[in-house]
Amino acid sequence: MLILGIESASSQVGCAVGGHEGVLASAHSGRGGLHAENLAPQIEFVRRQAGIELGDLGAVAVDVGPGLFTGLRVGIATALAVAYALGLPMIGVSSLDLLAFPARWTGRLVVTALDARRGELFTALFRQVPGGIQRVRDANVCTSAELVAELQALDEPMLLVGDGALRYAGAFQAIGRMELAEQGLAHPSARALVQLAHARAMREEFVRPWDLEPVYLRKPDVDINWSTRQGGS
Amino acid sequence: MAEVILGIETSCDETAAAVVAAGREVRSSVVSSQVDRHARFGGVVPEVASRAHVELIVPVVAESMVAAGAEGSDLDGVAATAGPGLIGSLLVGVSAAKALALVWDIPFVAVNHLEAHLYAALLEDPELEMPLVVLLVSGGHTLLVVMEDHGRYRLLGSTLDDAAGEAFDKVSRYLGLGYPGGPAIDELAALGDRTAYRYPRPLVQENPSTMADDRRFAFSFSGLKTAVVNHVRSDPDALTADVAASFQEAAVEVLATKLRWALESTGAPGACLGGGVAANSRLRERFGEVCDGAGVQGFLPSREMCTDNAAMVAAAGYWRLRHDGPSPLNSGADPNLGLGFLV
Ligand SMILES: [Zn+2]
Repeated sequence: MLILGIESASSQVGCAVGGHEGVLASAHSGRGGLHAENLAPQIEFVRRQAGIELGDLGAVAVDVGPGLFTGLRVGIATALAVAYALGLPMIGVSSLDLLAFPARWTGRLVVTALDARRGELFTALFRQVPGGIQRVRDANVCTSAELVAELQALDEPMLLVGDGALRYAGAFQAIGRMELAEQGLAHPSARALVQLAHARAMREEFVRPWDLEPVYLRKPDVDINWSTRQGGS
Repeated sequence: MAEVILGIETSCDETAAAVVAAGREVRSSVVSSQVDRHARFGGVVPEVASRAHVELIVPVVAESMVAAGAEGSDLDGVAATAGPGLIGSLLVGVSAAKALALVWDIPFVAVNHLEAHLYAALLEDPELEMPLVVLLVSGGHTLLVVMEDHGRYRLLGSTLDDAAGEAFDKVSRYLGLGYPGGPAIDELAALGDRTAYRYPRPLVQENPSTMADDRRFAFSFSGLKTAVVNHVRSDPDALTADVAASFQEAAVEVLATKLRWALESTGAPGACLGGGVAANSRLRERFGEVCDGAGVQGFLPSREMCTDNAAMVAAAGYWRLRHDGPSPLNSGADPNLGLGFLV
């Protein structure tokens, strides 16, 4: 089954196409704030590079967060529309699962930390299991100091992955047997998304577009925007 | 020729989709209002609106397609509002529209929300003669525009501070009448005396010819709102119905007077109202009087067409596609997009 994967939860945006033969084509871009501009041309690009028609797709996978809200919504709205227009099922994958995926070979505890801005991180903990990697602590949003305290209490070898881990690298030096994953693994990748989603597709773990749930982890700020309010009254 | 357009509107707190043929035949128009989600905050909360758009976009588009009996292969284009509005909300509609255009292999066209409002009246009365003076009043905008032809507009004036609908919302909130404020004030005003208090009529005076052009057609509602608040503070026994009626009378008189001046100065043969505040009963009454007095054809769109909807977006998209062609797939959204005044 061919899967289109769309990933836009961090400061990068990307998409990939793949199936049982692996990832056929992918594209990522990181020029800040242009998720909405770049995503549709990227889909067209990977479709062409993979030598397929969109009608050949069997499912649409999307990063459902946690992540930066605006980028996340661009990806989810795009994925929803593609799935609706082609009548396809969807697979929603957590951004933190995507970050952990390339680290699935390590025997260490994997700590994923995405930059959530405002001095906070989106984090989760993973451990290797036969055949892959499993989340052992659910996603949350916390400060780097809170994460450091949590990890110090664990006292075991660990690998920190994500742009949030790199941003607060100094704070994490306080932890003992800690290693920071390289810059190349710092963002969730659409390639990992397609690979993870393909495994889930084989187990038929699909959702319908109207059942897909974004993961925000933060309540909305309730500042009213008077200046751009329209309609109503 | 692109004939059947799917329109998508997500600029503020309505998620809407519509299928319109030839820029005038509405085959479906679905609007899902989020007003209940924002009511407890007393105004639109951008993040709440964006999340709701993500939840509603596919169900609303699907419903509009089913209601129109249309499939993707029946469409000749997808139009979406690209601004002005709330950026997070706009991006949901633009992203979905570009994805649909990509999958169905049809043109995408980015539409200006203000331009879409100008098309609302033409959707209900395609015989309306141009040039047309349009008074566009809502929570987000207060504009006097002359629509000379498709895609050709002249801005006469806009608000220097608050939009008219914003003043209604704020006064309503201050009086404890709830949200949205426009309908609340309209309803309560019917029970009050509109001559009870004489609130200021900003930028309105006896002889408009002595006013500079940039003030003659400009609006200002912030001072009026403050005058109402100060009055209620100093006179806590004032009946809210009288306050509401007197405030509404002042706001409507400003709008009606500027419309009359615009008709006198342009000699346009017709006028129409647009935007959510166009649902206000006192404004509708005064609009009729001004048009009759000036001897011009006045057109009052239905309430559904005045408030944000996607049929007007599809209509504006149809004309834009005809005149300028498709927008590129790397288009984004612009929260401060202005009307391209081309005259
Ligand atoms: Zn509007």
